[in-house]
Amino acid sequence: MKDPVEGGWSRGETFEEFLSRRGVSRREFLTFCGRMAACFAAAAALPGGSHALAEEMAQKLSGARRPSVIYLQLQECTGCLESLLRSGSSPIDRLVLEQVSLDYNELLMAPSGSAAEEVLREAAAKPHLLLVNGSVPLGYDGACCTIGGDSAANILRRAAQKADAIMAVGACAEYGCVQAASPNLTGAVGVSDVITDRPVVNISGCPPIAETITATLTYYLAYGHPPPLDGMGRPLFAYGQRIHDKCPRRASFDAGQFAERFDDENARRGHCLYRLGCKGPATFAPCATLEWNLGQSFPIKAGHPCLGCTERHFYDRMTPFYRRLPGFVVPGLGVEATANTIGAAAVVASVGGVMVHSAATVIAKKRAKKAQPETLPLAVLGDKEKPEEEGDKRA
Amino acid sequence: MARERIVIDPITRIEGHLRIELESEGGRIGNAWACATQFRGIERVLQGRDPRDAWAFAQRICGVCTGVHAIASVRAVEDAIKCKIPPCAELIRSLVSGMATLQDHVMHFYHLHALDWVDVMSALKADPAATSRLAASLSPWPNNSATWFREVQKRVADSAGGGLGIFAGGYWGHPAYRLPPEANLMALAHYLEALSWQREIIRLHTIFAGKNPHPNYLVGGMACSINLDNQIAINRVRLDEIAGMIDQARRFVLEVYYPDVLAIASFYPEYAAIGVSSPTLLATGESAYSCSGAPAGGVVPAGLVLDGDYGTPHPFDPKKIAEFISSAWYSQPEGDRQGLHPWQGRTEPNYTGPKPPFKELSDHPKYTWCKAPRYDGRAVQVGPNARIMVACAQGHAETVGLAGEGLARLGGGVAALNSTLGRTYCRALESVLLARRMDQWFAQLNERIRSGDVATFNPELWEPSSWPRQAQGTGFMEAARGTLSHWIEIENGRISRYQAVVPSTWNSSGRDPGGQMGPFEQALAGDGKHPLSDPKRPIEVLRTIHSFDPCESCAVHLLVPGGGGVEVKVQ
Repeated sequence: MKDPVEGGWSRGETFEEFLSRRGVSRREFLTFCGRMAACFAAAAALPGGSHALAEEMAQKLSGARRPSVIYLQLQECTGCLESLLRSGSSPIDRLVLEQVSLDYNELLMAPSGSAAEEVLREAAAKPHLLLVNGSVPLGYDGACCTIGGDSAANILRRAAQKADAIMAVGACAEYGCVQAASPNLTGAVGVSDVITDRPVVNISGCPPIAETITATLTYYLAYGHPPPLDGMGRPLFAYGQRIHDKCPRRASFDAGQFAERFDDENARRGHCLYRLGCKGPATFAPCATLEWNLGQSFPIKAGHPCLGCTERHFYDRMTPFYRRLPGFVVPGLGVEATANTIGAAAVVASVGGVMVHSAATVIAKKRAKKAQPETLPLAVLGDKEKPEEEGDKRA
Repeated sequence: MARERIVIDPITRIEGHLRIELESEGGRIGNAWACATQFRGIERVLQGRDPRDAWAFAQRICGVCTGVHAIASVRAVEDAIKCKIPPCAELIRSLVSGMATLQDHVMHFYHLHALDWVDVMSALKADPAATSRLAASLSPWPNNSATWFREVQKRVADSAGGGLGIFAGGYWGHPAYRLPPEANLMALAHYLEALSWQREIIRLHTIFAGKNPHPNYLVGGMACSINLDNQIAINRVRLDEIAGMIDQARRFVLEVYYPDVLAIASFYPEYAAIGVSSPTLLATGESAYSCSGAPAGGVVPAGLVLDGDYGTPHPFDPKKIAEFISSAWYSQPEGDRQGLHPWQGRTEPNYTGPKPPFKELSDHPKYTWCKAPRYDGRAVQVGPNARIMVACAQGHAETVGLAGEGLARLGGGVAALNSTLGRTYCRALESVLLARRMDQWFAQLNERIRSGDVATFNPELWEPSSWPRQAQGTGFMEAARGTLSHWIEIENGRISRYQAVVPSTWNSSGRDPGGQMGPFEQALAGDGKHPLSDPKRPIEVLRTIHSFDPCESCAVHLLVPGGGGVEVKVQ
């Protein structure tokens, strides 16, 4: 990537080198720092006066480096980091060469063993952004995930101490995901269960779409603070809407056109997958808008029902995956129905749709209040006794 | 000189968490222990669930080998319920897993392995014009221009000024690095190109299976429907895109990856005799072409070569597999010395190691979460070199031909494929064969579509009510890293037992009750000759361990206790 502005501050050079290349002498630079420091000192009425501050500023500005990132991988499958590698909006080469200094990441870094541990110690002692893949197993004294002979919990705590921001990337880091599914043998928990005194941004999904990870990171880099979050700590730009609301098969849901089994005539016509168990109506995720892998497609578009992988404890709450979401009326009409029937069906369907909408909104609000997934009402997620058959009969 | 104890933890540039403990004396490794330091217990989570859901759980065993566990899982279920899938679904699965293997092999070489051979800092001193001439002598790849190499060099140099990032702390300047600066720059440029390449070609997964990592599978077929007259189904637009991706994948393999591996290998010929591991190697069929039930699918049938006799093929008998726990943190009623077949396992996690933080694991008899599978009592290597060696022993002409060409250039016989360099070379060789196979599979798929055969799913046995009350099935799969099998027992429509025997379990296993080392350990300490010149910068060890492409999240798994003792709340 060439710098768009000729002679701009290249990402590789320090601020002082950049000024020097632009013909600004060190004396001028220090004078500038002195003036700025005087302004700040006056505003803040600093006791040490502006001189000490000017020196500190000069030191900080002249040594500016790309922001340091520590990217831990704890108890996990590496799928989230593999996803990150597929990002099209911040390609991984641009990310690591120009946007951040990825100082510690076990999948990509050159050194191993003591040299790697040394790099981590140094990076953790300085301000950095902390990204975490994977859960923290608390059982067996932490022996279910050790790195360099220490437990994931200890490593996470140390890396978090001086972190400017903490991002839990993926369902494992958010709450433990598949290893936390019943019976959770290793006592796997999420980052925010271990780091309880700091805000943690959750980038949900198993794995999350690449661009949601990189854009959350670049949001920090661009604006210096985390993006606005929902009640589950997830960025609104990615998790503010349900898949169902933006689904390309939504029109057939509203029209009562459903695939009754995989690869039947309706499936081949691109109709709604609700009856095959699609969890899109209960899942807040950007799959239908961003889509996966450079915007190529996403599960529902490619014919498979959504598994609901951005929702907490989906392995326990969204399963069986091929059982339809219960709790609302579905018209149950084929596409060959007469125009009148379709019209009537559409009304019923949209009523059903509204019900799902409000139910999902209620769930989201309750979650926001409690933020205790285990205690949440699970009405739309399948806890009731076979309500979908009733729904079908009513239709 | 006294024996020195050395710990390398973390081993980076692998999937999962691996620790290597060593004894070294006079620059040679005398003993080695491979310690897998992560346990998740996913198979236990599977018990009591709907077998049709199993693939989505099992798939999360690994996100690098993404898809291979899913395919082994759906095959195990299909084997149990005797469900045949439509030919188009089989072809689509082959294309999806074939593309995953190609992507995996290329990324392993450039992003996980290359920095063991390529000195990034030396690349900054290269002459871009000379680099372009060097590259042109190896390959017609059009991007190998002086302009491109200069830009790469400047980018990396600029970047280094603002923090070395992933290159910080590397063993740059180590005398074991032997490539000239121009070869280093060429490889570094291809490291970056491979990053762009991988995210393009993997969109084949997105089209057929919704996303990557963790594409969607389906018991009974694939969920994508083919309909040339529909906007959202697999239509001509999607097929054209896929044709382009297969072309892009093949071209990078033929013009970048394979020539690079041969060129780099020629600077390190001694590694064709370093890292020699278990002389028994197993493969259950040609790469990416999986088979359910009896492992007999694919162009190359399942088989082994035994005890260093690489010219004689032997048939594979799944009954001869047994897993041992004498070095692993598990317990079983039969005691630690008894090896159990996947259908008999009754194992529980039982951590007896030191409480973290700890200094050493290998001073305990148990030092890993990885069990020790053995075949007829032998430690076994699996992976690309096993597949190539088994295919050569069986006389598979295409494999014999290409392996012969490569070995002639590297200077060695088939035995050289059992080495650090051999494993790395076989991965590239296999990619060439697989790229050709992708074309054939895609042509077959197009032919079926042309003839009107577009079914991708067999609905007959979808409902659990159509299944026998009790059923047992196995799904075999040659994953990028080697032979994978999933074993499932179904009772009343629910999973009553689930077991995975995984490539990296074979390769990274610890000692068995007879004291026989696992393949990683043998490769490092089998002959007492493996070099380690500077224990603080163990680059030689990384070369050998990375040559196996370890996947430690895969390696560690758990047998489910028999009899369905675990209560699982699934609704």
